[in-house]
Amino acid sequence: MAAINSVKLYCGRLLGSGVFSIKCLTAGLIAFSAFSLQAAILPEESADLLYHSYDGGGVTVNGPSVLVRKNFKDTASVYANYYTDMVSSASIDVMTAGSKYSEQRTEYSTGVDYLNDTTIYSLGFTNSSENDYEANTINFGISQDFFGDLTTVTMGYTRGDDTVMLNGDESDPVQFEASQKHQRFSLGLSQVITKNWLATANVESVIDNGYLNNPYRSVRYLDDGKVSYQTERYPQTHNSDAIALRNIYYLPFRASIKGEVKLFQDSWGVDATTYELKYVHPWKRTWIFEAKLRAYSQSQADFYADIFPHKDFQTFLARDKELSQFSSTNFGLGVTYKLPKPPLAFLNNCTVNFYWDALQFKYDNFHNALLSKASNDGAEAPYKPGEEPLYHFNANVIRLFFSAGY
Amino acid sequence: MRNLAAIVFFINLCGCSHLQPEPWVKAYERGHLADPVMKLERSAVAGKYMNHVYEAREAARGADGSAGGGCGCN
Repeated sequence: MAAINSVKLYCGRLLGSGVFSIKCLTAGLIAFSAFSLQAAILPEESADLLYHSYDGGGVTVNGPSVLVRKNFKDTASVYANYYTDMVSSASIDVMTAGSKYSEQRTEYSTGVDYLNDTTIYSLGFTNSSENDYEANTINFGISQDFFGDLTTVTMGYTRGDDTVMLNGDESDPVQFEASQKHQRFSLGLSQVITKNWLATANVESVIDNGYLNNPYRSVRYLDDGKVSYQTERYPQTHNSDAIALRNIYYLPFRASIKGEVKLFQDSWGVDATTYELKYVHPWKRTWIFEAKLRAYSQSQADFYADIFPHKDFQTFLARDKELSQFSSTNFGLGVTYKLPKPPLAFLNNCTVNFYWDALQFKYDNFHNALLSKASNDGAEAPYKPGEEPLYHFNANVIRLFFSAGY
Repeated sequence: MRNLAAIVFFINLCGCSHLQPEPWVKAYERGHLADPVMKLERSAVAGKYMNHVYEAREAARGADGSAGGGCGCN
């Protein structure tokens, strides 16, 4: 991968020059002679300014993200990222047993990549802060090239320490506080199969322990024919394993097609499968278009129910729709435009990028509980609890960003 | 002891670069692989955001090469 990346960097700069094929071949030959001395390379210096937006199911989340990366003497690369989520939520979870709220999440990340011969060592730290959630995460990674740079093996370890809070009113701002701990172990293999075919395999295990449920969320149960609510109760441990296989193939007419399969299983009884197909097509020397289709499905957790027969029906209780059985589809379009001339003299490889994703979620065992709630004026609800139509919603995700090298 | 000798022999074998397999795709044949259309994820910052959306809305997580923090998912 390092070999490919270094040629990519060079060829990427040549894309706009009109001499791609000959110079790129030359670059490959030059790079080939250099690889025996030093194969792995650091990420390219760049600055990315992103605006992101999510709108669906009564929830809007938007905000900026700024990522800056600076390299030193071809042996070290330092990055810093500022990211914000501005959340306004009137989701079905919130409206069923609460009221609309707004909040902001701010995330700061920093890290360093260090290159030694054909090995890259990575170290990073992330802090995420909300008014009722604090998360600190450190991650360490190592990447090693083998076999003439046709094979790359990566390993990673991430550890997170989170604090979960339940906020009350001004007289009692923090009613409850608990901790969560997370560990992630990842292993990746990237393999050049042919001159047109690249395949990767990734596995990741996650171990969580502590207070893992959302203190604001409730389950509903029947109480003499009426609905009552009690706080969710989750197990204090959660282990999961995921494996993903990805293949990308260069088509005969300068375009690529990517296929991905991901399998997931956890200790709460959730099994999930993801399929993704992506087609990327350049146009002239300055445009790249892509189209994506993604399908996801999962089974429900062992302790999930849409409505429980009575209070404290079992030890663990959940009515989180993300733990129910459901499927989702995602259609996405993206376009990248490479500016023919950088806006500032010291910049290069400037691109403007726009991605739009349409998501559709259909739940198999999560009913629209709002339709069985009596209205404030005392009018009878149109449905009885547990007999409401199944819930579904659509969401739109937008990513607009400017990227520049220097 | 015999197993240890075998391991040491294997490690020494790995150290002999001339015994490593010859790359079956030469550097001058990697033009297609180096093309920007062949990136698995064309933008790290945009890809990380989309993975965050998926992890907030789905139970599945991991094996996508990104690390995140926080929730922002209710």
